[in-house]
Amino acid sequence: MERAIITVRNLEHRFGDLQAVDDISFEVLQGEIFSFLGPNGAGKSTTINLLTTLMKVQKGEAIVAGHNVATDSRSVRRSIGIVFQNEVLDRDLTVRETLEFHGMIYQVPREKRREIIEDLLEIVDLGSKRNVRTKYLSGGMKRRLEIARGLMTRPKILFLDEPTIGLDPQTRLKIWEHIREINDSGTTIFLTTHYMDEADNLSDRIAIIDNGKIIVTETPDNLKQSLGRDVIRINTGDNRAATSLLKNNSHDLSISRSDDGITLITEKDGSSVLPSILNLLNGAGIDLLNVDVKKPTLDEVFVHYTGREIRDEPTDKVQPRPRPHRRR
Amino acid sequence: MIMKTEFWPVFWKEMIKFFRFKSLFFTTLVQPALWMAFFGTAMSSNFDRLNVLYSIPSGVGQVGYLTFMGAGVIAMTALFTSLYGGMTLIYDKNFGLMKEMIASPMQRSQIILGLGLSGITKGFIQAIIIMVFGTLFLGVDFFSQQNLPGIVCSVLGILLFVGTFSLGFIFLSSGIALRLETHEGMQGIMTVLSMPLFFVSNALYPADAFPAVLKALSVINPLTYLVNGIRYFAIGNDFYALGKHYIYTTEIVSWSYAALLIFTLCTFVFAMDSINNVSVT
Repeated sequence: MERAIITVRNLEHRFGDLQAVDDISFEVLQGEIFSFLGPNGAGKSTTINLLTTLMKVQKGEAIVAGHNVATDSRSVRRSIGIVFQNEVLDRDLTVRETLEFHGMIYQVPREKRREIIEDLLEIVDLGSKRNVRTKYLSGGMKRRLEIARGLMTRPKILFLDEPTIGLDPQTRLKIWEHIREINDSGTTIFLTTHYMDEADNLSDRIAIIDNGKIIVTETPDNLKQSLGRDVIRINTGDNRAATSLLKNNSHDLSISRSDDGITLITEKDGSSVLPSILNLLNGAGIDLLNVDVKKPTLDEVFVHYTGREIRDEPTDKVQPRPRPHRRR
Repeated sequence: MIMKTEFWPVFWKEMIKFFRFKSLFFTTLVQPALWMAFFGTAMSSNFDRLNVLYSIPSGVGQVGYLTFMGAGVIAMTALFTSLYGGMTLIYDKNFGLMKEMIASPMQRSQIILGLGLSGITKGFIQAIIIMVFGTLFLGVDFFSQQNLPGIVCSVLGILLFVGTFSLGFIFLSSGIALRLETHEGMQGIMTVLSMPLFFVSNALYPADAFPAVLKALSVINPLTYLVNGIRYFAIGNDFYALGKHYIYTTEIVSWSYAALLIFTLCTFVFAMDSINNVSVT
């Protein structure tokens, strides 16, 4: 589990004057869900394009599934699946034909194609839609079909570029479920997102990326704990006594009392502070009525590291484009 | 073997869509029929009246206008179908569909080859239907002095010309499509190209009486060479039409085919260059 399946060293990419990717290095471990979290234009898609060999590496090195993206792009392509940010479906093909075509261009033999298609339709719940043309599918179904297509070739790594962009909350939950299932069956997942909850819910590790640079790479929990500002709320039988007791004995807590309880803010991990608080109260014979430890959210973590909030601002780039009627 | 399986999916997908859209499939077949039924029959009653003005040596066949232009209609259909065949690449490019193929292990050149093969196939289907429809229902007098093996050989000869020509124009239109941004632009270019190609050729009338400039243009027009080939196989090597004595020697026919081959090779290089430089990200 601890082996790196993607290794990136000092990767850089420029578009004219714009430094889209600025000297990034990171590893993705086999079997994990690794997320790039950052605002639009942070360099997420450029990194995906470089790792999936859609763009040529200008500077630095990237090894994907054991192959160098610059020198052995065909081997890289064989080992990965990609779900692009924009909808990439031929609206005039049926669900089954879409998967069939994808299997064909990767030269999956006919018998095996059939078998994989049946499996995948089951996994993404599109079995009943197999002979429906993609233009008649809902947004969520289209996304699920694209994810299934990414898995047609049984890739070692699945790249998901903003997998739930523009989808309703229920559909997002369903897609997350699929992503977890796919990951559980052994596929490493590299995902980019600008949704905090998505990164938080899915990722084993998150890299926060802004202005082409990776600012920090950590597990969601460690990221939140690294802020060291857990919020503990307690209610006791005698709040006044408890407050003065805690003020006298715990020096690294900021304590405030209000009508509905005591709020303790700690610079440390709240759950590690809690036992000593409980002991203190116990020793003084004060009854504890209820306790609530709140972790800071990823939003707060993001602001802490980048100095700004992520905003879900619609840009032309991320909106699915309207598609005029096609002749063929 | 690997070559075949690599471009096969592109061909497969194109053909699915060709047959899926019944209305589109139907109109591409109706269009040539309409040309022959209306323009052809209308003009032939005029032109054939003039035939009495010419003295025709005995032993040489006089060919009616409908038969004469029938060859031109096969050529026209091959031209229009293949000229618009690259249009699909604009959509593929603009809607990102090409990304799927570009990101796969398949080589980019296979996209062009698959599309080319689909263009040939469509050209064949249309040519055969026009030949059958024209000879059976409209009185086009093709293969008149030929026995069955001869007819089979002639049809194969026509398909060889049509296939090479279609491939050339599919490559040309693919190359153009890959360099353009909008399908309106593509539509414009196709219209501007198709009119002179069609009219500055010997498809509807002999090109010999053209003014010097048009005549020069007709010499570099691939359609002229396709029509030569089709007339040679469908009508014969020695006949009169519209008061002109047509003699197709083996040299003329061979040169016509060579001209198509050269044209197709040039457009192939152009299309390959276009696909290798197209950016999809």
